[in-house]
Amino acid sequence: MPDALKVDLAIVGTGPGGYVAAIRAAQLGLTVAAVEDDRPGGVCLNWGCIPTKALLRNAEVLSLVNHASDFGIHVSGVEADYAEAVRRSRRVADRMAKGVEFLFRKNRITLVPGRGTLTSRGTVEVAGQDGLQTIEARAVLLATGSEPKSLPGIAIDERRVISSNGAVRQERAPRSLVVIGAGAVGVEFADVYAAYGTRVTLLEVLPRVVPIEDEEVSALLARVFSSRGIEIKTGARVAGVRPGGAGVIVETDGGKLEAEQVLMAVGRAAKVRGLGLEALGVALDRGFVKVSPLMETSVTGLYAIGDMAGPPLLAHKAMAEGVVAAEAIAGRTPRPVDYTSVPSCTYCRPQIASLGLTEAKAREGKREVSVGKFPFTASGKAVALGETEGFVKVVADTATGEILGVHIVGPEATEIIHEFAVGRTLEGTLEEIVHTIHAHPTLSEAALEATLAALGQAIHI
Amino acid sequence: MAVSRVVMPKLSEAMETGKLIKWLKGEGDRVNGGDILAEVETDKADVEMEAFGAGVLRKVLLQPGEQAPVGTLIAVIAEPDEDISAVLAAAPSTPATAAAVLPRSAPAVAPRPVAPAPRPVAPAPAPQPVAAVAAASRGRVKASPLAKKIAAQSGVDLRLIQGSGPGGRIVRRDVEAAATAAPAAAPARAATPGVGYEDRPLTPMRAIIARQMPLSKAPVPHFYVTSEIAMDRAWDLREALNALEGQPKISVNDLIVRACALALLEHPGVNASFRGESIRVHHRAHLGIAVALDEGLITPVLRDADGKSLAQIAVESRELAERARHRKLRATELSGATFSISNLGMLDVDEFSAIINPPEGAILAVGSVRRIPVVVGDGLGVGRRMRVTLSCDHRVMDGAMGARFLQSVKRLLEEPLRLLV
Repeated sequence: MPDALKVDLAIVGTGPGGYVAAIRAAQLGLTVAAVEDDRPGGVCLNWGCIPTKALLRNAEVLSLVNHASDFGIHVSGVEADYAEAVRRSRRVADRMAKGVEFLFRKNRITLVPGRGTLTSRGTVEVAGQDGLQTIEARAVLLATGSEPKSLPGIAIDERRVISSNGAVRQERAPRSLVVIGAGAVGVEFADVYAAYGTRVTLLEVLPRVVPIEDEEVSALLARVFSSRGIEIKTGARVAGVRPGGAGVIVETDGGKLEAEQVLMAVGRAAKVRGLGLEALGVALDRGFVKVSPLMETSVTGLYAIGDMAGPPLLAHKAMAEGVVAAEAIAGRTPRPVDYTSVPSCTYCRPQIASLGLTEAKAREGKREVSVGKFPFTASGKAVALGETEGFVKVVADTATGEILGVHIVGPEATEIIHEFAVGRTLEGTLEEIVHTIHAHPTLSEAALEATLAALGQAIHI
Repeated sequence: MAVSRVVMPKLSEAMETGKLIKWLKGEGDRVNGGDILAEVETDKADVEMEAFGAGVLRKVLLQPGEQAPVGTLIAVIAEPDEDISAVLAAAPSTPATAAAVLPRSAPAVAPRPVAPAPRPVAPAPAPQPVAAVAAASRGRVKASPLAKKIAAQSGVDLRLIQGSGPGGRIVRRDVEAAATAAPAAAPARAATPGVGYEDRPLTPMRAIIARQMPLSKAPVPHFYVTSEIAMDRAWDLREALNALEGQPKISVNDLIVRACALALLEHPGVNASFRGESIRVHHRAHLGIAVALDEGLITPVLRDADGKSLAQIAVESRELAERARHRKLRATELSGATFSISNLGMLDVDEFSAIINPPEGAILAVGSVRRIPVVVGDGLGVGRRMRVTLSCDHRVMDGAMGARFLQSVKRLLEEPLRLLV
C-alpha cells in the first residue's frame, strides 16, 4: 500500500457539490484530494442534468422541424435518429466531464480514483483499481449524492424497468413507455421519448403532474402534454410491474397498462451506505445526513453536502453548499445557504421554473397574499417566437410586497426565474422588480408584468 | 416669479422633524430672499429659517408648536396674483399625516431652507408607501427594502439596529428580532400620584442622543488610550495670557482645543472617518466641542480649528457655547466635526472615556486639572496634572497611532509656547 496521502481536505464524490467544494477549497489555499469512483462531475454532468438537457434539445429541434411549416418552411424527409441523439448527449457529457478534470488540474486538486470509505474521522480509504490508497485529511467532505429509488417489490433491471441511469444510456427509444412518477425526471423523459414517437403514459400517485409546483403550472403542463398525445394518469397507485405483453405489464389501482419499458422516476435516495458513517456515529435524518448550516455533520471535522445532505436534491443547491462547506473548512465565515430561495427548474417543453411558496402554500399562512399572473400570449417576444404557452405568476405578501413565490411555465422559464432569485436574496420587494427596467422585447418582460399585476398595475393585459 | 415652496429644512444630519416655534412673517407679508421667515426647533437647537426667493407669504401650513417631517411643505411664497392651488392641493392637510405623503424628492441636505418650486408647478408625486419614504428621508441606513417595510410597519427604528447582512446591511431577520425583543416604546406617561416614579418624555435632544449613541457604541469598535499631562506650564502660560489687557480670556479648554487641532495636523490618521470601503482622512480639523446643557449635550463645531489662534479659538468657542445654551446655533455649526473634545474638568472628574460621534474617528475625554504630589528629581513636589482619554475607532486607527497623537497633545501642552507659534 502506498504511503498515506496527506491533505487539508478530502472530498468523497466529485459531483456538482464535490467538485465545486474542491475548487473553492483549493482557491482558499487548502490542499485537496477528491475521491471519485466514476468520472468527475458526478450524476449531474455524466448521467443527469447535462446529458438530459442535450436530449431535450434534440426533442426541441425535432419539434421545431416538425412545426417548420408554421414558419413557412417546408421540410420533407425528416429522419430523427434517436441513437445519434444519445451519442450526442454522451459527447456533451464527456466534454463537460473533461472540463472538470481540467479544472482539477488547474487548481492542483489530486483526483483519487476509487471508492472512498471513512475509516476514522480524518481518514479515507480508497479502493481503486491499483489497490488501496489512504488519505489523511484535516477535514473530510462527503458528497456522494443520490441514486434512483424504486417502488417496493419492483426491481430496476435497466432493461425492462429502467431508471434515469438506463434511460440516458440506452440508444433506442422504446415504442411504448410507462413513466412512473411525474416529477422533474419523469416529465423530462416523457417529453424526450414522446418527441421521438414513443407512446408515453405518465403515472402519478398524487392528484397532479409536477406535484411540487403550483397547481396552475401542473394544470397547464398536463394540458400541453395531453395535446401532444402523452397520456396522463394522476392519482394512480402502482401495485406491481411484471414481464408480459409487449414487455412489461404495470398493474395500477385503475387497471393494467402494457408497455415495452417502464421508467421508474419516483425520486432519489441519498447514497449514505458503505461510507463508514455508521461506525463513526454520523447522525442521519430521514435517510439523509444531518448537517449544520455550515454543512458540518454531527461529527466534528466531517462535512456533507448535496443530495446526501437533504432536499432539495438539486445540483445548484449542492454547489452552493459546497462553497459554504469549503469556506467553513478554510476558516472563513460563509453565509449559509438560503433554502427558501433555491430555484427549481424542469426542462420539459414548456419549461418550468419556480421559487419559494406556491399560491396555495402562501395562502395557508396568516398573511394576506397578492397574486399577479401574466400569460406569454400577451408577450410580444413570445408571440414572435411562436412559444406562447405558459405564464409567469408572482405570489407576494400584500403588506410588504415580499416576493413569496414565483412560478413560471413557458419558454426559457429557467432563465427568467433568476431576477426573482436575486430579488429575494437582496430582500427586494415587488416594487424593486417593478422599478427595474426590463428590455423590450424580451421574455423577461413577462416577469415585470406579472409583478405589476400583483400590484394591480399590469400594463399589457 | 415662480411659486416658492417653503419646506421644513433639514438643519442637521440627524434631523427628521422640526417644530415650528413661531412665524416672523405673517400671511400677506412681503418677503425678500434672506429675510428670516420663522424659527424652527430641531433636535439640537432653535434655528432661524431664511427665505429664498421673493414674493408674498401667501399661505402658512404649519402653526406654531406643530411638528413636521423634514421636507414637508410648511408655507408658500408667491406673488399675490399667482395661482397656488396646485401646490396647496399637493400638500398634506395636516401635519400629522405629513409623513405618509412626504414627497419622495424631499431635499436630503438642506442648507437652503426654502427651495424654489419646480416649474411648472407639478402635482406632488403619487404617495409612496410610508416605509420607502421614511427610509429615504432617514438617509444613510443600510437596509434591505423588505427590512425597511417591515420596520415601518412594526414601528422599529432602523437606526437602532445593527445589521447582520453583508457589510452590516440590515435585513429582515434583524428587524424581526428587534421587533420582538423591544416592542416599540410606549408613549411616555406623566407622573401619576401614588406611583413611585415618573416617566419624563424625551426632549428632542435626549431622543437623538438615545438613538445616536448606541449606533456609535455598538458598531464602532472603541478602544481607549489614557495619558497624564503635566499642566503646570500651560497653567502659567494661561495666567500670563489672561493678565494681558484687551485680550480675550483663554480657558484650559481653549489650550486643549488648540493642542488637538495642531496634533491632528501632525497625525492625519486620527482626523479620519471610517467609510466602509475606505477611510476618509480630513485635511482640516473641525473640532466638535461638547457643551453640557440641562436637557442634554450638544457638540457645536469649531470649523478650521487648525488655522485659528488661541485668541480666535477662545472667542469663537465661547460664542458657540453661548449660542448652544440659548439654542441659537446655525445648521453648519451642528455637524461636520472631524474630531471632538468632551471636557468634564469643571465637574471634578478625574478621568473618563467618551463615546465617539460617528463618522468621527476619535474623541478626547478631558478630566480636571488637579494639584497632586509628583516626583521632582529625587523628592516630591506639587504639580498640576490632567488626565485625558482618547476613544478611537479601531477600524480607522490602531493603539499606537492614538498613543502617538496623545504624545503630541501632551508635548504641546507641556511645552505650551508651541501653542503660540
